[in-house]
Amino acid sequence: MKFSAISLFANALSGHKKWPSQFPNKEPKKEYDVIIIGGGAHGLGAAYYLASKYGIKNVAVLEKGWIGGGNTGRNTTIIRSNYLFDESAALYDHAVDLWDGLSQELNYNVMFSKRGVLMLAHNVHDVQSFQRHVYSNRLNNVDNRWLTPEECKEFCPPLDISSSRRYPVMGGALQMRAGTARHDSVAWGYARAASKLGVDIIQNCEVTGIRRDAFGNVEGVETAKGYLKSKKVGVSAAGNTSVVMEMAGLRFPLESYPLQALVSEPIKPVFPCVVMSNAVHAYISQSDKGELVIGAGTDQYTSYSQRGALHLQEHNLMSICEIFPIFKRMRMLRSWGGVVDVTPDRSPIVGKTPVGGLYVNCGWGTGGFKATPGAANMLAYTIAHNEPHKINAPFNLDRFIGGRLIDEAAAAAVAH
Amino acid sequence: MLLIHCPYCKEKRPEIEFAYAGEAHIVRPDAIAQSEMTDEEWSKFMFIRNNFRGEHAERWWHNAGCNMFFNAIRNTKTDKFVMTYKMGENRPTKTQIEAAKK
Ligand SMILES: Cc1cc2nc3c(=O)[nH]c(=O)nc-3n(C[C@H](O)[C@H](O)[C@H](O)COP(=O)(O)OP(=O)(O)OC[C@H]3O[C@@H](n4cnc5c(N)ncnc54)[C@H](O)[C@@H]3O)c2cc1C
Ligand SMILES: [Zn+2]
Repeated sequence: MKFSAISLFANALSGHKKWPSQFPNKEPKKEYDVIIIGGGAHGLGAAYYLASKYGIKNVAVLEKGWIGGGNTGRNTTIIRSNYLFDESAALYDHAVDLWDGLSQELNYNVMFSKRGVLMLAHNVHDVQSFQRHVYSNRLNNVDNRWLTPEECKEFCPPLDISSSRRYPVMGGALQMRAGTARHDSVAWGYARAASKLGVDIIQNCEVTGIRRDAFGNVEGVETAKGYLKSKKVGVSAAGNTSVVMEMAGLRFPLESYPLQALVSEPIKPVFPCVVMSNAVHAYISQSDKGELVIGAGTDQYTSYSQRGALHLQEHNLMSICEIFPIFKRMRMLRSWGGVVDVTPDRSPIVGKTPVGGLYVNCGWGTGGFKATPGAANMLAYTIAHNEPHKINAPFNLDRFIGGRLIDEAAAAAVAH
Repeated sequence: MLLIHCPYCKEKRPEIEFAYAGEAHIVRPDAIAQSEMTDEEWSKFMFIRNNFRGEHAERWWHNAGCNMFFNAIRNTKTDKFVMTYKMGENRPTKTQIEAAKK
């Protein structure tokens, strides 16, 4: 079934009760050309691009829970590409290029909204570092520009720019191509499109082992639904990557931390964009449902529990009220946590591994939603060609041996 | 918020008094070893972590209390501490961990 104005009208007549299910819930076949571990948007997207761009259709996506139930469905959906280094600019901007046509391509509305992401500067260091980002982005043809405090206020009216504030707004870097998208739709849209091309999407199917042949190459995976053969396996398991990699005898430069977010009660449209403040340490946007979507940094300790501590939320909300006193009397509705896989340089790892036939897409940490289409395409390309694309080649595992880090951690000092 | 037992203060205190200080028992090579280490060995020391889902040995710093570093075994699935022990003590064995759970 294709979504269109006509199908929408026809289904309205039957009270929207007759929409067919979007993709079948499959039981696994015995053997696949490629198996993807992890049914987040990255893994589902990789399966979709394998089938649509690289002609490999005998593919399964194995998800231990339900698709999009990991970080994909838990993130605050900020999309931007104004990263400092050339390698990152290329990777994240490739993703934004793909976001642009994604709803049309998938025939599924992912609600990509280019409402702009504004990063506030509150001190001289912020001003200098963001202006450096703006110039470096320009050299890379990545959209980003500098706004004065008055221009910030005009762009985002709820902002308080009075100079008497404890953390005055001294300007901001605005990326207009940036914004948000609907996280669940991205997972569902890729799943539906991939499954139409013949990809099997198998939920409730945890991978518990990776089998290797006499030469050490991958030959299949043990799962909750039995042993499945495949000579190529792509791991896209986000916070659980270390656990999956251990099944192949590999240790990774990753640590998994809880990352929390929260939303307020829904209110009428008041907040037109995304605002991030590194110095005061919080970010905020408003969802289409009207909730203020709020987040900040990770908890301090590693954990797989998908929950964090309350004092982080308190700190987070104090920061928001500091920048936006207008929200002081709002009530919070829900909070939740995910498990994010963090690398030492805060840049992802996308490419081959020391084990033949085993590929990885991980280390996106607190900020991989924005990269979804790009990461998915790069993982698919690398699996199909057994060779990385030039965009993801620098994001290899070996950089941690040679020391060629892509140190966005030092460059941005903030998340998402 | 975690409640953490400091083995020096011999008291359970709230997490906000502590700072997490990464995986425990990663020994910094001495000067002689350093001069002979390969890039691979450096990488292992600097960057590679166990990141266990389950019982994890880690360091904590009681920075708003006695200011001492100590080690802990914590289950990263449940966030429950199994035990904490003083700096310089050996990594507990499996039997010691099992005993601490009782
Ligand atoms: C609170 C929060 C806020 C965030 N905000 C932003 C943001 O604003 N902008 C941004 O760009 N990024 C953000 N992120 C980060 C972003 O969510 C992730 O980087 C991104 O979604 C990762 O996508 P994924 O598909 O790789 O991961 P996931 O969606 O987590 O998918 C991995 C899947 O693998 C499955 N899996 C794991 N182990 C196994 C196994 N053994 N067998 C089978 N399946 C397995 C999991 O169940 C999971 O569904 C945020 C994250 C969190 C938690
Ligand atoms: Zn103490």
